[in-house]
Amino acid sequence: MNPVSPAAAARAAASATTPSAVIPRLDQPEALLEAMLLIRAYELRLSARSAQGGTPSTCTAVGQEAAAVGVVSVLTADDLILTNHRSAGHLLARGADPGRMMAEVLGRRDGYCKGKSGSLHISVRELGVVLTSTIVGGELSLATGVALSQTMLGRPGIVACFFGDGAAGEGIFHESLNLAAVWKLPILYVCENNEWQAFVHRRETMVGERIAARAAPYGIASATVDGNDVDAVRTAARAAIDSIRDSGEPFLLELLTYRLRGHFEPDDQAYVNAAELAAWQARDPIERLKARLLAGGGFTTGDLNGIDARVNARIDAAMAFAEASPWPDTSDLLTDIYA
Amino acid sequence: MTTITVYDAMAQALAEEMRRDARVLMFGEGVATKRAELLAEFGSTRVRNTPLAEGIIAGTAVGAAATGLRPVIDLLFAPFLCYAMDELVNSAGKLRYLSGGQFEFPLVAIAMTGAGWAVGSQHNHNVEAWFAHAPGLKVVMPSNAADFKGLLKSAVRDDNPVLFFVDIGLLYQPGEVPDGETLVPLGQAAIARPGQDVTLVSYAKTVPVCLQAADALAAEGIAAEVIDLRTIKPLDEAMVLASARRTGRVVVVHEASRTCGVGAEVAALVAEHAFDSLKAPVRRVTGPDAPPPASYPLEQAFVPGVDAIAEAVRALVRKLH
Ligand SMILES: Cc1ncc(C[n+]2csc(CCOP(=O)(O)OP(=O)(O)O)c2C)c(N)n1
Ligand SMILES: [Mg+2]
Repeated sequence: MNPVSPAAAARAAASATTPSAVIPRLDQPEALLEAMLLIRAYELRLSARSAQGGTPSTCTAVGQEAAAVGVVSVLTADDLILTNHRSAGHLLARGADPGRMMAEVLGRRDGYCKGKSGSLHISVRELGVVLTSTIVGGELSLATGVALSQTMLGRPGIVACFFGDGAAGEGIFHESLNLAAVWKLPILYVCENNEWQAFVHRRETMVGERIAARAAPYGIASATVDGNDVDAVRTAARAAIDSIRDSGEPFLLELLTYRLRGHFEPDDQAYVNAAELAAWQARDPIERLKARLLAGGGFTTGDLNGIDARVNARIDAAMAFAEASPWPDTSDLLTDIYA
Repeated sequence: MTTITVYDAMAQALAEEMRRDARVLMFGEGVATKRAELLAEFGSTRVRNTPLAEGIIAGTAVGAAATGLRPVIDLLFAPFLCYAMDELVNSAGKLRYLSGGQFEFPLVAIAMTGAGWAVGSQHNHNVEAWFAHAPGLKVVMPSNAADFKGLLKSAVRDDNPVLFFVDIGLLYQPGEVPDGETLVPLGQAAIARPGQDVTLVSYAKTVPVCLQAADALAAEGIAAEVIDLRTIKPLDEAMVLASARRTGRVVVVHEASRTCGVGAEVAALVAEHAFDSLKAPVRRVTGPDAPPPASYPLEQAFVPGVDAIAEAVRALVRKLH
């Protein structure tokens, strides 16, 4: 597909969705581990607070850190991201400031969305995280349009669209895949198959094991990979992106992972099969990466403890920043409705 | 001035705006087939047919609007908006606000509705009030060719999501359209006919019906003012209230069903802000709370007619004496 015209592209560039903030390079094992630990610490800190009451609850990505970090780490600064209610991993891996994210969750003025989003729809346009939607399937409905802008305005980036196994049951999933295939849109569909759809196990809602199997009928290439192995995710995501760039067509990448905590904090997970949970806890993506680094990566326990300490200090500072951030002015109730 | 149909007025508006701004594109089911002249001039990248899938048509427009394009989508008949409701209401209407103002959604969603083609209520259902009730959206429903052209052009230039309803019964009505650039601002009503005894507030196909009623009433010595809202959201409250204060009597007329319709909003507005000027209660003449039927006489009976409007006015005027 050709750009509209150089003039239009130039005009659009002015209001562009080209990421402008600093996007961290995540290519060394230490950086990958640190990003995963940051997500875990962020989620656990907020969960602990909400358990005490007085802090809004969140949908945590605990257990899914390798999926988020693995994919986001192989995106370029030109690429755009759409995500959903379980977004902290994607945002933090992309370089979002945990302090501003926590401020958003707490409903404070310094939040990325001025406190109007809360945890559920945090977008950070300057990082290329656009149109976060907490309508299950919403991100799938919007990704096609974002990708259409990329192609028509001659922008280089692809669009990574994160969604859950539950969202793949929405009709819009099929509409999105079909249109992306027919219009040859550069979308990396990333399904984090975490076995849970709120309080319903995936087994109850689908025949067959794989979301990726739904790509072929639309002529879309796909792969399924261990989503708790950050290196495997990176390799698969890189191959998927190469495929998108070579073919100009979308790709569906399914990451097999597990929601280690409940759907929405606090959640006692009384409905979760204990053996299943234990089996997945034994495959914790962070522990697996740590073990690998200790076994052959040239890291010592002291090194890893040092990273942990750095991350915890960052989360302490982030929480302090969020707590110090003022509430929005009530006059903000009526701003940002219309352009 | 040139006399053209509403359909051609819309075609002119679309072509002019696509010529003016390379970011404007149009897609929908059959758009590239039926608007062959746009396809010929602007090419298949900017004029597209889509799969039969209103949700993703609307969602694609919303995503594209937020990231640099200015899409116009044709969703065919208003009842099909139900399939696109999530994308229009939850995304286009809310994601600017929820993101703290990070995105704009310059898009236009066109849909046809109203009695006239005997297609029944799965193709004819005046749902404009649903969208007026949703935050972050604008809603336009013109009554004549010049306004169709001028409002559609303004809608394309607006940086917000606009629902643009086309009353089927007006589609092939001819009307005078100014030559050259013609823009009608969103949010401005028009006085279709001045008068001092009573105000008829309406929009779309029932505006010409109100004008006919005003003719009949004039013969009886009653001077009715007819206000064409043109835009339902934002509502031109100032013009409605000024007229209500002048005449002291208000009748709201629309084809959409009565309960929680635009008429209820106008009546409440007048009661809240112009009560002291009223000489009689505000009256509504609307379609019934029923699904619009197909059969021609039933379909026509659904729509407020000249007699019903004139009779409502007479009742109000009698109240004074
Ligand atoms: C349209 C819609 N239906 C239901 C919900 C409530 N809800 C929020 S998250 C969720 C589960 C989604 O499951 P999945 O897509 O697998 O994502 P996960 O939460 O596992 O990451 C549900 C049912 C919603 N937000 N939107
Ligand atoms: Mg899930």
